Amino acid sequence: MSQGTRSSHEGSLREARQLAADLRALGVVAAPIHIAEGALARAGLADQYTTIETPLGTVYIAWSQEGLSLALRAMDEEEFRMEARALLGRAVTPGQPPERLARGARAWLAGDGRVSLSFDLARLTPFERAVLMKAREIPRGEVRPYGWIAREIGRPGATRAVGTALARNPVPLFIPCHRVVRTDGHIGNYSMGGPEAKRTILTFEGVDVDELERLAASGARYIGNDESRYYCYPTCHGARNTSPAHRVGFSNETQAYAAGYRPCGSCRPPEAQLAG
Amino acid sequence: MRPGDGVAPSCSRPLIHSDSLVSHAPDGDAALAAALARDLNAGFEWLARAWQNRLYAFMLRMTGSPSDAEELAQETLVRAWRALSTYSPQRRRELSVRPWLFQIAVNLARNKARSISRSGTVSLDELERSAGRDMSEVEESPAARIPDEDLAGAPEASLERRQRLETLAALLLALPEPHRLAVTLRHVEGMNYTAIAEVTGLPVGTVKSHASRGAMELRRAIERERAREAYREETELKR
Repeated sequence: MSQGTRSSHEGSLREARQLAADLRALGVVAAPIHIAEGALARAGLADQYTTIETPLGTVYIAWSQEGLSLALRAMDEEEFRMEARALLGRAVTPGQPPERLARGARAWLAGDGRVSLSFDLARLTPFERAVLMKAREIPRGEVRPYGWIAREIGRPGATRAVGTALARNPVPLFIPCHRVVRTDGHIGNYSMGGPEAKRTILTFEGVDVDELERLAASGARYIGNDESRYYCYPTCHGARNTSPAHRVGFSNETQAYAAGYRPCGSCRPPEAQLAG
Repeated sequence: MRPGDGVAPSCSRPLIHSDSLVSHAPDGDAALAAALARDLNAGFEWLARAWQNRLYAFMLRMTGSPSDAEELAQETLVRAWRALSTYSPQRRRELSVRPWLFQIAVNLARNKARSISRSGTVSLDELERSAGRDMSEVEESPAARIPDEDLAGAPEASLERRQRLETLAALLLALPEPHRLAVTLRHVEGMNYTAIAEVTGLPVGTVKSHASRGAMELRRAIERERAREAYREETELKR
């Protein structure tokens, strides 16, 4: 073998090795991170999330194919992802909400109570779901006591459990657990930022929280109208539309009944339980 | 509930697995198959994160389009999920993950190639993207294209290497589909011929001949490229 052919042979060997190494290198590519994330979401193994502006500031929301699954305030994305994983029991991945959901969420926050928003509450018990769905019926600008929900869902003795279920609301703001207050009229606690945040959002929605607390302190739980002779929860539009001259305060339903008043059909305060 | 509750230990940090899985695919495959048998959801999360890069790379080499590659790699994972959720734990445990996954990927890549050839050709835009974002000049065919940048003053190894790889990617794309597939599975993905035969549904002999003819075509094309480049440098020096 001559010198020339050997070196050309070595050269082509070197080139073949180079080609093999280069082809291997073509397999080393960093995929866009959302390939796996998107597949997990499509497999129903991950929820997607984004942020949305609300009266309480920026809030993270997550959703599955079923609907909105989580609304949470967090310091940063990392904290949200950790908490969401713990609460949902599955991963969350950044994403763009479906148009219907995005529009619905914005309209709801802007005060459109008729908007249809779907939720993914599969991890909750039927009781918890019933409590939350009932809370969604409370109109904006109004509040109801825990006992109201218990009664409305046919579990009048379960007031405490209603409180627990509301505290576990995975989608505060969108299921307005903030519109449920203590039976004595004090606004009570709130999972998304405590009593102060609850006061903020209720005020934003048009509830006169100070007035509510003054009434509670005075012992008046219901407001009656001495013309129509109905009694309402103080934030019911029926009570708010009653002129001061015709307003009558009642500390309980028995007192209202005794005075000849009937419960309002709109806000549905309890009827008097008559002994015997 | 505190953060971290309810997180299965097997999937708490799935990203850690990905590199080791890629470099030791067969071992990783067995561990992954066991994870899939034990807990399908957590196992699939591991699979998706561990294989997304390789699947994306495969699709990128086959289609030349980052957006198609992204879509097809994700579709591969979704189909894998649908199939897995119909398998018994026993069947998942016995799975050879890589050939199984690439069988799905190859079918999708072939369907895509067919739909592209039906609808005409790949857009110039996509070809350009496939060869690298910095290529601004498109010549008559992908094989003929070389980066347009003037390298005379900057003989930087990494830049040179990147451009060589971009050219190679374009040349690979110009191969006939069966050759491109065989070369990609054999040399880019690093599968053996038996696995490639299984994945493509072709006889081992056919697969070998496709891979070696593909590699030969690549070497020739590289030589042509080099000659063309040398000629161009020469004419530019004369000017």
